[in-house]
Amino acid sequence: MPPVIEPAERHTLSMLVDNEPGVLARIVGLFSGRGYNIDSLTVSEVSHASHLSRITVVTTGAPPIIEQIKSQLDRLVPVHRVVDLTVAGKSVERELALIKVRGKGELRQEALLIADSFRARTVDTTLESFVFEITGKPEKIDQFVSLLEPLGLVEVSRTGVAAIGRGAEGM
Amino acid sequence: MMREMTGAEMVMQALIDQGVEHMFGYPGGAVLPIYDAMFHQNQVKHILVRHEQGAVHMAEGYARSSGKVGVVLVTSGPGATNAVTGLTDALLDSIPLVCITGQVPTHLIGSDAFQECDTVGITRPCTKHNYLVRDINDLARVMHEAFYVAQNGRPGPVVVDIPKDVQFAKGMYVGPENIQHRTYQPRLKGDPEKIKTAVEMLAKAKRPILYTGGGVINSGPEASRLLREFARLSGYPVTSTLMGLGAFPASDRQWLGMLGMHGTYEANMAMHDCDVMVCVGARFDDRITGRLDAFSPGSKKIHIDIDPSSINKNVKVDLPIIGDVKHVLEDMLTVWRGMKAEPDRQAIASWWGQIDKWRARKSLAFQPSDRIIKPQQAVRALYNAVKDKDVYITTEVGQHQMWAAQHFHFEEPNRWMTSGGLGTMGYGLPAAIGAQVAHPDSLVIDIAGEASIQMCLQEMSTALQFNLPVKIFVLNNEYMGMVRQWQDLLHGGRYSHSYSESLPDFVKLAEAYGGVGIRCSNPADLDGAIQEMLNVNRPVLFDCLVDKMENCLPMIPSGKPHNEMILPDHPEALDEAIDEEGKMLV
Repeated sequence: MPPVIEPAERHTLSMLVDNEPGVLARIVGLFSGRGYNIDSLTVSEVSHASHLSRITVVTTGAPPIIEQIKSQLDRLVPVHRVVDLTVAGKSVERELALIKVRGKGELRQEALLIADSFRARTVDTTLESFVFEITGKPEKIDQFVSLLEPLGLVEVSRTGVAAIGRGAEGM
Repeated sequence: MMREMTGAEMVMQALIDQGVEHMFGYPGGAVLPIYDAMFHQNQVKHILVRHEQGAVHMAEGYARSSGKVGVVLVTSGPGATNAVTGLTDALLDSIPLVCITGQVPTHLIGSDAFQECDTVGITRPCTKHNYLVRDINDLARVMHEAFYVAQNGRPGPVVVDIPKDVQFAKGMYVGPENIQHRTYQPRLKGDPEKIKTAVEMLAKAKRPILYTGGGVINSGPEASRLLREFARLSGYPVTSTLMGLGAFPASDRQWLGMLGMHGTYEANMAMHDCDVMVCVGARFDDRITGRLDAFSPGSKKIHIDIDPSSINKNVKVDLPIIGDVKHVLEDMLTVWRGMKAEPDRQAIASWWGQIDKWRARKSLAFQPSDRIIKPQQAVRALYNAVKDKDVYITTEVGQHQMWAAQHFHFEEPNRWMTSGGLGTMGYGLPAAIGAQVAHPDSLVIDIAGEASIQMCLQEMSTALQFNLPVKIFVLNNEYMGMVRQWQDLLHGGRYSHSYSESLPDFVKLAEAYGGVGIRCSNPADLDGAIQEMLNVNRPVLFDCLVDKMENCLPMIPSGKPHNEMILPDHPEALDEAIDEEGKMLV
């Protein structure tokens, strides 16, 4: 009987960790050392008073692998809590991107129209370029970038996903 | 207790306050202040090793034989990198260690200074946790936290890296009583509902088995006692991993012997055919399960483990219980007694009938010889000579390790120390020295191979310096025996670099160190020579020349399930045992 291979799923894990040197290396090293995927990673301090950072990792794997990733993270000493937002109920995911487009004439006009319909803001302008700022779900940003591709796309900088559960309760 | 002192003094004070009596180490530039602070006290005794790997294995042997935390002190750079093998070994076998490493002064960190390495970076994946202490005000807390983390939850090694300027800096020392860890609070008690379900499943079982592991040993002697009580109460058979030997007495009728790749036929067949399995402090390692998709296909599986990440890692279980073995077994016994559980006596009797049939295959049998010493015969002779003594056994890694596990029998926990997870050749001699430090009046024997022993043989010198009369019992077959066996299995008997063309004269070598060397090659002389070794109260290297071509059987070939073992009565099956897929495995 061949082993049943369950299809990979995309999960968003959110964790609170001590904001100390090396904590990010510990998390990233665990993923690379054990062969897990990181699709997106964001990290920032969320409480200066209690030295806490919040790390959001988007990963893909079969459900038993996701469960294993969660318990491996949970046993790291500086990790306070790990929540799988994908299974913990409804959540909000947002990503911010800065996108530079270079062009003149009609291309420039078209880029502005598209940016407007995506509610992107123009944060830098020269006579031959724009930098747009857009916030949204990763898919929306993907779509925006692909539309700008033929209009003189120069470079993209994305933050990665930040996520939080809906409703009144904290993690 | 708050008192101003230097960082180096804080390290020594923290060790004293943690109850440390012995530490293993090697000085160097970046730890000299700590060695100086050590010079001014006599509560903690320091064992000077010959190589830092030896220091870590000694601390492991010390910890495993005594239940205490093993302590290591090494310098920066090469001192730290030499300790990495031992740290990884301790991580894989869940052994509580605190390893203090010196570091270059903080202002030189990152400048590629002399004997600088990124110790916390290098040891991050091979420790349970590690710290770089940049501020003297953190040092005392970190020292106490390191001991807490090393021994609570699933035990493991913790590194504390201390730059030299922090060792000289002055600050306020705080004692261990004021330290509470913010986040690390492992769960000890199992979920009562799950424990109740587990007892119900076990009471109804018709073909049950207790599959126990190193977690029973780590949980303390009380856990072994509770395991015995549960086994007696239920009448169920018990098997164990390599790591768990001694938790259940080998002389007991309910003992099936070790399971896994070189385990007994009865243990593996019972694992394969059982209907309820309870895994107590073991982790379904690949040496145990064999082919995963054919592992114990018809059983309901209960898994007791203190580490949630062990659950469903390799084998999906039906009922996980997170908790410390001692607490969970205690609660299981209470529930069992409370519900007046009565096993199905008839089913259990017929299960034992089946097990006895498997036992009758005598899977540990070998062909004795009066011309040449068989390695199994050597281990048995050693066992018979020392079984009534207060004895601790360590091993190196390879065939001799498996023969020791099969033919030396343990009645008590903490008596058997072997590198199970990492499989570190060179482990046995330093581990024996560590065990001897913890138990100076006991008999400590390293059952070794002639290849492994050469990996840390320099520690002979440590044994001599500190009057530690360890016995090294070398099964010398001139081959890296397990490598040769696998070359037979997988590579058509092409013994590529598994034969040691030029071995030292071990007797002369022992004498050169100031120890005693004994050689034996004749089966008729074996018992007398062993007696001669036991009569010497100094380190002895016993060079036992054994059959060069003996293979370690029984064996589950890689990629095969438990019920396709190769037994000693059909060794020829070894030749075609492993298919193409199995060859890819280790």
